[in-house]
Amino acid sequence: MIKLRVNREDYAADVSPDTPLLWVLRETLGLTGTKFGCGMALCGACTVHVNGEAARSCVTPVSRAAGKEVTTIEGLSPDLSHPLQKAWIAEDVPQCGYCQSGQLMAAAVLLRENPRPTNADIDDAMSGNICRCGTYQRIRRAIHLAARMKAKGGR
Amino acid sequence: MKEIVNLSRRDFLKAGAAIGGGLVLGFHLPLTGTTADAAQGTPAAFDLNAFLRIGADESVTVIVNHSEMGQGIYTALPMLVAEELDADWSKVRVEAAPVAPPYNHTVYGIQITGGSSSTWSEWERLRRAGATARAMLIAAAAETWKVDAASCRAQNGYVIHTATRRRLTYGRLVEKASSMTPPQSVTLKDPKDFKLIGKPTKRLDTPEKVSGKGVFGLDVKVPGMLVAVVARPPVFGEKVKSFNAEKAKAIAGVRHVVEIDRGVAVVADGFWPAKLGREALEIVWDESPLAGLDSRTQRAQYAELAQRPGAVARKEGDVTAGLASAAKKFEAVYELPYLAHATMEPLNCVADVRADGCDVWTGTQLQGFDRDAAAQAAGLKPEQVKIHTTLLGGGFGRRAVFDGHFVREAVQTSKAVKAPVKVIWSREDDIRGGFYRPLCYHTISAGLDPAGNPAAWQHRIVCQSFMIGTPFEAAMVKDGVDDTAVEGAADLPYEIPNLLVDWQRVPGGVPTHFWRSVGHSHTAFVVESFLDELAHAAGKDPYEYRRALLVKHPRHKRVLEFAAEKAGWKKPLAPGRGLAIHESFGSFVAQVAEVSVSKEGKLRVHRVVCAIDCGPVVNPDTVRAQMEGGIVFGLTAVLYGEITFEKGRVRQRNFHDYQMLRMNEMPEVEVHIVPSTEKMGGVGEPGVPPVAPAVANAIFTLTRKRIRRLPIRAEDLRKA
Repeated sequence: MIKLRVNREDYAADVSPDTPLLWVLRETLGLTGTKFGCGMALCGACTVHVNGEAARSCVTPVSRAAGKEVTTIEGLSPDLSHPLQKAWIAEDVPQCGYCQSGQLMAAAVLLRENPRPTNADIDDAMSGNICRCGTYQRIRRAIHLAARMKAKGGR
Repeated sequence: MKEIVNLSRRDFLKAGAAIGGGLVLGFHLPLTGTTADAAQGTPAAFDLNAFLRIGADESVTVIVNHSEMGQGIYTALPMLVAEELDADWSKVRVEAAPVAPPYNHTVYGIQITGGSSSTWSEWERLRRAGATARAMLIAAAAETWKVDAASCRAQNGYVIHTATRRRLTYGRLVEKASSMTPPQSVTLKDPKDFKLIGKPTKRLDTPEKVSGKGVFGLDVKVPGMLVAVVARPPVFGEKVKSFNAEKAKAIAGVRHVVEIDRGVAVVADGFWPAKLGREALEIVWDESPLAGLDSRTQRAQYAELAQRPGAVARKEGDVTAGLASAAKKFEAVYELPYLAHATMEPLNCVADVRADGCDVWTGTQLQGFDRDAAAQAAGLKPEQVKIHTTLLGGGFGRRAVFDGHFVREAVQTSKAVKAPVKVIWSREDDIRGGFYRPLCYHTISAGLDPAGNPAAWQHRIVCQSFMIGTPFEAAMVKDGVDDTAVEGAADLPYEIPNLLVDWQRVPGGVPTHFWRSVGHSHTAFVVESFLDELAHAAGKDPYEYRRALLVKHPRHKRVLEFAAEKAGWKKPLAPGRGLAIHESFGSFVAQVAEVSVSKEGKLRVHRVVCAIDCGPVVNPDTVRAQMEGGIVFGLTAVLYGEITFEKGRVRQRNFHDYQMLRMNEMPEVEVHIVPSTEKMGGVGEPGVPPVAPAVANAIFTLTRKRIRRLPIRAEDLRKA
């Protein structure tokens, strides 16, 4: 049994310790918002937060997340109230939407660390996340918008 | 501590909107005289209109027969219904259609999402569905109030009796309306009265795509479901000769190892044990004729085929004489590689085969064929198979397959292990799984007249056909020419008196398929690069040169002018700017690219200005998004895309060696929509073709060297 804390809830999962966190989240806990894209930490679709830091859950053995605070897209906000989610909606960012959980989780760390990111900051923080539909321009705009919302008193 | 259990059936039903049903009081409107009837030849009586359900709770559910793969169709098609229904847009919901004749494509006659056709093909039918419902709701209100229907009007989810200002909501009227006889004919709105169509409208699927709640095929879970990965042959065409599953079965969590038509399926409690199990499998494969395939020798084979005349796709005048008498002659060879679609969501499918039926959950573009493939694999009748369409994590043609292979694998595995099974493809399975954009080899020559105008143009295309031998052959192959191989070349719009375009079919076993913009993905690069070359050789401005040759094509000309104006083409600029124009899928797109090449030979695309004439626009924001996305898709192929073979095996396997454009390489993209009342075209694909030639033409102005192969190599960026 591996004890996990995900989105502020405690779980015990009966899985092999080398199982990637991604599959425990998706298949054992039913948190399917975190996506499988490459299995090699190349595309960012599986990005979650482990103790507040962006982690590629597809290459993170579940044992490494044990006892730590894991946040997935389902825990970003319960009601689409995170400034990034609002901004994503305002800019109508997603197309197929498959990569967007990972994009949002990567952007959330960026915005926490750097409340007013420049385009270069966004390039640095977001270039690990692939969007095959090509929504990059809108992601960039939405991050800037979320930064403005946050400055005006959002979360 | 929270108990960990599988999602219950009820949760699953809640999550999977595709399954539908529920207890909403609703009705299905019969439609009269739809275009679908004409296309299918099915009797009108059979054709229930299942496009619209109105609930007593005021919910307006539009049942959409085209798959949402990012192109915004779950918003655009509901807009058509809601416009004519005068619905309250905030109440509109979407449900994926099941497989049934009323949901067949109005032109293609089967349930399919492809060819950038969803909006134009439903433009009439869905507006008519909305208008018919509106008329029945008005009739119900008039009967309730005992007034003349003509004295009532519909507005934002209400029927209003104008004189007395009485009003009733659609939800209150729906039960009575469902018993009304549908009108024989309805009048559709004058476009000037549109309240929704043509206005930028927020996508209905965005909230579920930013909350993680949207259900893609990979997210489907049914009770008792197992997860499988399939060991497929390392060389296309190989079959399993023998296998040893002992070590695989020893892995904790592996339940079954079964042979299926396309390989060996390892079935486990989850993806991870299934993957480990597959790694432990020992399989001996029968050798395939493709075992010796090598990209280097393949090139020589194509070059050899290019020496021989092909099947004629277009012929004007006498090209041989035209070339012989030309003042100046030019010739070139262009080469483009196999390309994988690399949808972000790897292929997957859930199948639950039982003695009396089969349920399939998957993100598919071709439900019609998938259902039949599932029935055949399950040994059931097609009507015993239910296809539940989920969201698609990208399609680009990869999920519109003729043989239903990704569905068939899941059905065969489920049948073998007598349990619901989800087959998951890894990224490596996806990149190495075939169904690529065909490898293409083009030879092209042209002669200029003394004034510098093209007098002759000879273009030969060498590639495989993925249409011959399929159900679409009759529609797509004429006089021995596969239209998907020559589209964009055979319909060259420029005024050239002597013209010959022909096609050499390469017999080949590498599975090839539709890839976003299909033939246009290679032909546009060749014709627009070569025409640009002629313009420069003639000492003319590439914009003016094209404009003068487009006299008989006003839509091309107009969109070209529009793009040039928006990009400031007439203003002098440092070298590094190129343009291209291309018609595909009924739409006309011109793009101007601004690029630079660093001293180290690194290409950077800074800006792309794009103009599109797609006729009437339903959701302008979606048109913009599709142009932005198409440009990224095209640029990725320019910079990186290439599948190659060595000893019959695909050399690439994941995003490190099959790279994608990323945020730090994203140019500024500016999209301009040409106001147009011309025939409606598509938007999903037409943004792709012009970007490669626009970039290549821009590079020429910097290096004086022509890019003749994709992806662009560093050595091709050095100055001449």
